[in-house]
Amino acid sequence: MHNKLNRRDFIKTTSITSLSVATIASGITLTTFAQRKNPVTNAKRWGMLVDTNKLTETDIDSMVDACQKEQGWGGEKYSIGNQKPTWIRKLKVKDKATGKISNLPLMCQHCEHPPCVDVCPTNASMRREDGIVLVDKHLCIGCRYCMMACPYDARSFVHENLTEQKEHMPRGKGTVESCTLCVHKVDNGEQPACVVRVNSEAVIFGDLYDPNSKINQTLKKIQSTQIRADLNLNTGVRYSGI
Amino acid sequence: MAFDSGDFMNIRYQQIQGNSLGFYTLIAGLGVFILAALGAFYYMEYQGHWVTGMNNRIVWGMPHVFALFLIVAASGALNVASIASIFNKKIYQSLSRLSGLVALALLAGGLMVLVLDLGRPDRLIVAMTKYNFKSIFAWNIILYNGFFVIVGVYLWMMFERRMNKFSTKVGLIAFSWRLILTTGTGSIFGLLVARHTYDAMIMAPQFIVMSFSFGLAFYLLILMASYKWTNRELGDVIINRLRSLLGVFVAAVLYFVAVFHIGNIYLAENNNVATLLFSTDSIYTNLFWYGQIILGSIVPLALIYHPVFKQSNSMLGLASVLVIVGGLVQMYVLIIGGQAYPLEIFLDKEILEGYGGVIVYTPSLAETTLGVGGVALALIAIVFLLKFLPFLPESLSNKVADPHYKR
Repeated sequence: MHNKLNRRDFIKTTSITSLSVATIASGITLTTFAQRKNPVTNAKRWGMLVDTNKLTETDIDSMVDACQKEQGWGGEKYSIGNQKPTWIRKLKVKDKATGKISNLPLMCQHCEHPPCVDVCPTNASMRREDGIVLVDKHLCIGCRYCMMACPYDARSFVHENLTEQKEHMPRGKGTVESCTLCVHKVDNGEQPACVVRVNSEAVIFGDLYDPNSKINQTLKKIQSTQIRADLNLNTGVRYSGI
Repeated sequence: MAFDSGDFMNIRYQQIQGNSLGFYTLIAGLGVFILAALGAFYYMEYQGHWVTGMNNRIVWGMPHVFALFLIVAASGALNVASIASIFNKKIYQSLSRLSGLVALALLAGGLMVLVLDLGRPDRLIVAMTKYNFKSIFAWNIILYNGFFVIVGVYLWMMFERRMNKFSTKVGLIAFSWRLILTTGTGSIFGLLVARHTYDAMIMAPQFIVMSFSFGLAFYLLILMASYKWTNRELGDVIINRLRSLLGVFVAAVLYFVAVFHIGNIYLAENNNVATLLFSTDSIYTNLFWYGQIILGSIVPLALIYHPVFKQSNSMLGLASVLVIVGGLVQMYVLIIGGQAYPLEIFLDKEILEGYGGVIVYTPSLAETTLGVGGVALALIAIVFLLKFLPFLPESLSNKVADPHYKR
């Protein structure tokens, strides 16, 4: 009897060992990444309040700029005109009765009943329990039905190959994207990039349900509106002053 | 040469020979269009959609015009078989097999275009495995797949003599299924609550009536061409029946279009949209009046009903071609025109800057080539299958169509 390890056994053992290590290790890694201290529940409802009376045009431009820098859109090389992505846009509107002119930022309104989620055939468009509406870039087949359904024209389709993307915001040619309410920051207890950039009472971000939050308290005091309130979508983004 | 007695005693079905120069020229010609479509697809997918005329406002372009047109026509092409099976009209029984074939082929062509225009067609498997049952689109995927299976079984019942007795029941299922399918296709637009240019459930029945008309026009052209090119007899008993049927369908589509637009004009919330469509100088207004209404409806009706043209098969052929062209224009006005007008984001405000304006969409050559490729795929499938299976009665003379026919 000899205990000498022959070549076949050696290969077998090492392969099995390395395979098991790889499997378990990757599992651990994935679980670690997925772990969050505070699981996403419907106890929270993230929202934003935009006060158009306090917001200047420069503020809105800087919000757009902050969004582009944070999420990495706007540098597309080939897309022209309306092909360029627009996660957030500046609108100038005039009241039909009073003639009052207001400027406001328009982005995904993070509806409680989002039409984009209803129409998405593959569940790629989804609404998190805490109210943030997102696109799962792995499930999106690029059918653009959500873009047809969105009442705010808030979604963009990636028309070309992209390079130098942000690590926290993978974007892909042939899929649809929109404002994520900077979910990567919100999950770490931070505020969305556009809110941080304005840094004033003009844009308030927070938990709509939390009675101690500034947004909740302000909404109780002042009059605010939802855009296309007639559709009963119960948006997470609210406006005052329009 | 294979002969096959069909479900009707004096009908003998026979494949087309398919060995003439004309046959191979036809196959080669259609093949060129299909290859061009595949090339166009590769180009658009490799580069990304920036090479198309589509953008974030016109998200569905020329490929959708062709795809939805073909899908709608597909369900309508099945009508001839349904009339035979369900309403037991003997005269239509001899036409049933071809009806099933045209339906399947048109659907295949439409789906090819639809899938190849996706942003990520490589993820078709995702679409087939992940379903959101609130989505009309997801339901349509199930309905399209089911249509292939049901019409496939239906054809088997028609082909296999022992199974003929079931063809009425399966025909009823197929007919119900196609009504649901077209309801689903119409609902893709009808349920878009945020868009004033759509958002009307009348679109579901409207799409059904459109399918009757477009599908029959396709069917007629294929029937007439295949009998003419194979020197088989096609009597006017059958042709006149189908002619009157087409006339009724074209008129019915006009009725639905009128009701839809009158509704829009009457509703104050849709005033802007209606005004834009009817009184502006945009390409969509012109396409609507000259393409859809005059060329695609009025002229075909004249060709069908006017005594001068009534006896002429070529005029019926021309009417069918115009119905198809008018149908494509109608889809264009509906799909592109419906997106070209800006959304009414504010009901009490006018947008001065940042959004709005009627979008001018210029379809790229690649998009149109892909769409035409879908039509070519449907046609090549029909031509091939006519050669390999006995779909067509060897004669559709007046005597075959109606044993009591007297000259």
